[in-house]
Amino acid sequence: MDSSQLLGITTFTYLFASGLYVALLVFRSARLGFIATTFTALALLVQTAGIILRWIESYQMGIGHAPLSNMYESVVFFAWMIIVIYLGIEWKFKHRAIGAFAVPLAFLAMAYASFAPINKGINPLVPALQSNWLIAHVLTCFVGYAAFAIAAALALMYLIKAAASNRRQEAGLLPSLRVLDDIIHKCLIFGFIWLSAGIITGAVWANSAWGTYWSWDPKETWSLITWFVYAFTLHIRYTRGISGNAIAWLSLLGFLAVIFTYYGVNFLLSGLHSYA
Amino acid sequence: MPAAQNIGLGFEIYFLFKNLLSNRDENWLSADSCSRFSRSSFVVVNRCVFRYRTKLPLPLTTHFPHSMQKHNAIWQFFASVKLALVTISLLAVTSIIGTLIPQKKPFAFYAGEYGDQLARLFHVLDIPDMYSSWWFVSLLALLCFNLIICSLDRFPAAWKQITADGLARPTDRLATLPTSTSWQVATGISATANRLTDLLRDDGWKPARKDQPDHTLLFCQKGAWTRTGVYIVHASILVIFLGGVIGAIGGFKGSMVIPETMQRDRVALFGSQSFENLGFTVRCNSFLVDFYPNGAPKDYVSSLTIIEDGKEILTREIRVNDPLTYRGITFYQSSYQSFQDFLITIENTAADLRESFIVEFQKQERWPEEGLRFGVINARAMGQSVVSSKLWISDDQSAPVTVWLDKTDTAEVQLGERNYLVGARQMYTTGLQVAKDPGVWWVYAGCSLMLIGLYIAFFTSHRRLWVLVSAADNGATVLLAGSANKNRPGFTRTMEELEQLLRTEQHD
Repeated sequence: MDSSQLLGITTFTYLFASGLYVALLVFRSARLGFIATTFTALALLVQTAGIILRWIESYQMGIGHAPLSNMYESVVFFAWMIIVIYLGIEWKFKHRAIGAFAVPLAFLAMAYASFAPINKGINPLVPALQSNWLIAHVLTCFVGYAAFAIAAALALMYLIKAAASNRRQEAGLLPSLRVLDDIIHKCLIFGFIWLSAGIITGAVWANSAWGTYWSWDPKETWSLITWFVYAFTLHIRYTRGISGNAIAWLSLLGFLAVIFTYYGVNFLLSGLHSYA
Repeated sequence: MPAAQNIGLGFEIYFLFKNLLSNRDENWLSADSCSRFSRSSFVVVNRCVFRYRTKLPLPLTTHFPHSMQKHNAIWQFFASVKLALVTISLLAVTSIIGTLIPQKKPFAFYAGEYGDQLARLFHVLDIPDMYSSWWFVSLLALLCFNLIICSLDRFPAAWKQITADGLARPTDRLATLPTSTSWQVATGISATANRLTDLLRDDGWKPARKDQPDHTLLFCQKGAWTRTGVYIVHASILVIFLGGVIGAIGGFKGSMVIPETMQRDRVALFGSQSFENLGFTVRCNSFLVDFYPNGAPKDYVSSLTIIEDGKEILTREIRVNDPLTYRGITFYQSSYQSFQDFLITIENTAADLRESFIVEFQKQERWPEEGLRFGVINARAMGQSVVSSKLWISDDQSAPVTVWLDKTDTAEVQLGERNYLVGARQMYTTGLQVAKDPGVWWVYAGCSLMLIGLYIAFFTSHRRLWVLVSAADNGATVLLAGSANKNRPGFTRTMEELEQLLRTEQHD
């Protein structure tokens, strides 16, 4: 059994769990919800084992490093983090319906990691990546990204629910608008702190590697743009009392910025972050 | 960003502000280079002020001590969150430009890529170096200025909340607080208040008490200081900018290119043709590039020696992610260049004589004192990088010797009576990035402050609770009321638990 097999199992279990969560929305059976959560948690365990195994494999190859060093590994970690945060939210707020929107994100991330033409090998670290800041930087960024991913999933739920209630339709098991708005807000502030920490650890790392903590490299700039979007969102909520639809749309916009920072910059623009 | 630009900009904002305050615009259009900025900003400012006046005639700054500024539209404009939102949006949107259009390229690049006309437009708008352009730096400065005024404007109100005396709150308004509940007890006012005070103390609160003839009021709070969180975050952004300005004024960034065995004492500054003298000398003893079996680079190492006043102060190896700092100047491994030339070292072990030579490939060199002729006659390369080389060496008396040498290897050769330790490898030049940034610790301090501030602002709350014990038939009425500025559901749970605690104990 190697790490890629475990991660392959994870991908399909997330797909299966996503199906269960969607079925839960349709059939509204409490037992289905429990099964969905169980499968998600199992998939998370398998994925955790896969990530740890990959770490061990890298040491067996003599090039040991944390599995956070390229696009493939970061997408896997992104999916892992989404599920960790989602299960935390499910446990705290007791709304399984959220899973129908959050778990598919983890599946999509894993599916991208598995099937996209990206390098899946365990590669030795080039000199620029040989730093203890690698773990701190990637970890902080992806906790933030995952929180924003969940906020976007919740925002989508919010907009669907709001549209349904405008047409006086019932939107099934979805949590109430007030609860959704509250969880979105909590995800945003959680993500914002981690994104800030991610940008800061990146700046400290850049300074220790290149002697400049900020160089307006496209990746840096886009992370700042993302930071601005969320800063804007938090400010209109705190100071102008705006919530609901506007926040939901801004959460989606913010997540687009996250995706571009994470993915778009690497493939569409050039810069220092060409490795991951 | 160049220092002069920063200072100029601060000045510009100052004038903008001063002129608006005095409401005289005849001396506006000074002939200085920044007048474009002044004029356009003025128009925007005026329009916004006008809109602000019509929409919000009564600004929420009744706590501000200076009544002059209280009604001042200019102050209100810079204190407004609306301005912050507009500035943040503009920064976010304009920042995109520099990620799409490559930065700091020569004019010819833009002309070739985008056409002559567009390239000229870029030039006018400073697009090729947009993040230090006058308009982008103005936006950043505007954000800072807005942040300062906005915080000054709101802080007094927060301060009032922090220092407010809870016991002074009118008792008839307690029941209207977000969470309040009341119950009857059989004991009298004073006995009840004493017991509740003890219970609150046991629960970790520090109640203050005020006794009146017909009632006793207890007040306690936690986390009053957490109301400063948002101001800490705002201040941290200013500290980071301050660090940036200090670095731009008092520091420099540049590069040094030092061939192996050579020494240099000045830095070619980025973005200009000028040099900065280090005040000491840096010698590159050796440079090494190492590869993984798959051909990816594994390690770049330069051995550097600092020489000051003719004395060797220290020798250290630097790598990517492991720079060397001396006298506040840091040397980073940033690039390298390989030569066609070879570096041959020969040591006469018996006589303890040692010499290095830079020799072209397949060319002969001499060490006259030892009567030696030598050269590199063959080499094996991996890409641009020579992994081993074949050295030929002769003393013209005995038979010449040839030996294959790996990169860092040395070999012992015997020529007649004498023994030599020889090494031959490709010659490299190390490329160092050199930076002096006295502002970096300000930036780090600001970053730490930001994380602390964000934590306080988001995850801690100011919780206040009042217990009013008032006279009633056959005992007293207890009213428990409280408020929190954040996490209200959590506070409601706390209050429920507290009520449980305060109510059950009394039956014992």
